[in-house]
Amino acid sequence: MSTIEIDIEKSNESNCTNESEMKKVNTIELVNKNLKKRYRAERRFKAYGLVSICFALLCLVVLFTDIISKGHGAFFQTYIQLELNLDEDVLEVNDIQNMKQLASANYQGVIRQSLRTLFPDAKKRHDKRKLYALVSSGASYQLADQIKAQPALVGTTISVFVLADDDVDTWFKSLDDAKPFIGRMSEKQLVWLESLKKSGSLHKKFNTTFFNNGDSREPELAGIKGAMIGSLFTILVTFLLSFTVGISTAIYLEEYAPKNLFTDFIEVNINNLAAVPSIIFGLLGLAIFIGMFGMQRSIPLLGGVVLSLMTLPTIIISSRAAIKAVPPSIRQAALGMGASKMQVILHHVLPLAMPGMLTGTIIGLAQALGETAPLLMIGMVAFVVDVPGALTDPSTALPVQIFLWADSPERAFVERTSAAIMVLLAFLISMNTVAVFLRKRLERRW
Amino acid sequence: MKKVLIFSLFIASALSAQFASAGRSNINIVGSSTVYPFSTVVAERFGRSTDFKTPKVESTGSGGGMKLFCQGVGVQHPDITNASRRIKKSEYDLCHNNGVNEIIEVLIGYDGIVIANSRKATRMKLTRKDIFLALAARVPNPNGTETLVDNPYKTWQDVNSALPNTAIEVLGPPPTSGTRDAFAELALEGGCKKVSWIKAMKKKDKKAYKALCHTVREDGPFIEAGENDNLIVQKLNANKNALGIFGFSFLDQNIDQVQASIVDGNEPTFETIAEGSYPVSRPLYFYVKKAHVGVVPGIAEYLAEFTRESTWGDEGYLTEKGMIPLDAAKRAETSSDVKKMRNLEL
Repeated sequence: MSTIEIDIEKSNESNCTNESEMKKVNTIELVNKNLKKRYRAERRFKAYGLVSICFALLCLVVLFTDIISKGHGAFFQTYIQLELNLDEDVLEVNDIQNMKQLASANYQGVIRQSLRTLFPDAKKRHDKRKLYALVSSGASYQLADQIKAQPALVGTTISVFVLADDDVDTWFKSLDDAKPFIGRMSEKQLVWLESLKKSGSLHKKFNTTFFNNGDSREPELAGIKGAMIGSLFTILVTFLLSFTVGISTAIYLEEYAPKNLFTDFIEVNINNLAAVPSIIFGLLGLAIFIGMFGMQRSIPLLGGVVLSLMTLPTIIISSRAAIKAVPPSIRQAALGMGASKMQVILHHVLPLAMPGMLTGTIIGLAQALGETAPLLMIGMVAFVVDVPGALTDPSTALPVQIFLWADSPERAFVERTSAAIMVLLAFLISMNTVAVFLRKRLERRW
Repeated sequence: MKKVLIFSLFIASALSAQFASAGRSNINIVGSSTVYPFSTVVAERFGRSTDFKTPKVESTGSGGGMKLFCQGVGVQHPDITNASRRIKKSEYDLCHNNGVNEIIEVLIGYDGIVIANSRKATRMKLTRKDIFLALAARVPNPNGTETLVDNPYKTWQDVNSALPNTAIEVLGPPPTSGTRDAFAELALEGGCKKVSWIKAMKKKDKKAYKALCHTVREDGPFIEAGENDNLIVQKLNANKNALGIFGFSFLDQNIDQVQASIVDGNEPTFETIAEGSYPVSRPLYFYVKKAHVGVVPGIAEYLAEFTRESTWGDEGYLTEKGMIPLDAAKRAETSSDVKKMRNLEL
């Protein structure tokens, strides 16, 4: 800045008589005059960028704090500690070796009996129903599993943690809030709960059910394992199909295809395909794979095929860019050494282009992992309890599970929805981290 | 390159082999989003208490479910469809054209549609006529002549001087929803009929009558809030002047946040809906494809589970989820029909 000013002063002093010099001086004065304004504009321009970044970061922080503050509760679950007298008569078991008897034993009866002895004031039918409602309907299944593993327990008295009902769970977690959640619970139930709390029978424990179960309509029994496995299967099919087809396409188009109208046409269409809304692929899947090929609805195999249609353009485009980035000198050197075209591609071009291809693939897959719209059309937005064991078992996917829980009336699903979002985000972030890592690790610069 | 090509060919052939895979071991249920909460609970209990696989339940809406259901007989088509209204003649004909000749109809209970607001506001006392006048697109001329005008009402007080002076603001489901259809039929048409000259119109011009009574205004006071009823409850909490329209089960679960408006002197409760004194309630059905019974394992057992007293009875677990049970006589009748697998005839 200072040097320019000195220059101007010098020129001012030297020849002022010349007309053209005069003009020059005027321009420079003009520049000088505007200089401050231009610097201000520069600073403003920079500030706009900074403000935008801050705004984006703020939004992200608000989003994350909202999700985490709502969802962290779901990782813990309230249990009620009960003394259970595993009486053979109540259980209706007379032979503990008989697995069939153990499976169909009256576990609910044992739990109910224990509750009745704890609160003898519940005598009327209506009161008893309210009392039994404190414990989850899933508690008897858990007890059944425990007894089946250790049949010798029959006849003894054990102290176990049984799953609390979702209303109890929400109430217990909201005790620190200004106004604890009461929901549909009656006065009497609250009195019972207070006394349970006083005697130290209510415990919050890590919610293993959330990670080990499939979907359920009882929030305390609902888990994301089914959705996670479903997502995994779907992404596996997507990966196998779109990676192989995508890379073969990219290699052909870059290395072999002649430059003519036809390949131009293909190229334009691939680019267009990348911009097609994902729901269209769902419709396509519905019409072709279900309508024409008669595939079953709601299976990960179908979901994977449909999603691979969606990720293919992304993978083809990024793979072509990666192949293009391999310097021609490498191809020429290999050809010069007598390598065939296939050897050049397999031995030199592909290994060098792989990091870029993998990055594109992972980003495409991460996009597919978060997709719900196409799955809606092919019936993967469904209530599926069993954890899928094969590509042809009905299943859902993680984002679909979030959508379904967000739509459920039970209050305890609110925190489970947020928790599932956290799990999905963790998946996506780790996939993107792998992409960044691979790029950093394998990339070669020239 | 060669390996890649061979590999992808292999996968393609493996996939096409899968296409032809026949047989299905789990029941496939589609249909109404209103029946979905109930049918999923039954499906889950059924899966846990029997050796059969847990049925898969999709929420496609009543109409969408019927369309899938009536597509034909075979494992790629659903076995059961849920509906929050009775099957239409056109749907029944579609089924027959596609070879689905034998359908079993099961009436399972009732659902109430509530108009609720935040507990922070005062409870509304409405009549169906108030609802019609506040929400219909065209209403009778306020000056008393037998003509129609575009809905001029801005506040509840304009509609009925006994109501509070707050702007009309109602959050409701979009036209694709079964809840919206039922609301239009039960609440709007119910109020519409109260105007005698409009009622007379029904005989003369049924089409115009239906268009008048079922069309919801689009000038702002009625806000389409999407299919997510939880979202409506949250919005009511934030805006205490707004009213929301949703199913009874959502009221039941959020009773600490929202209160239901009284319609025609009746508050929506289990009892008033079951008796039929609360006017805005509708029957819930599901339909079973008889040709699949015995082919897809577990259908008969699922029907038995659904029609058991501990499921759909007065104290059954479906009532805990907010379904209003049928009366005992009707339950006995339906369950004997189900046992006999009586065909539906329209």
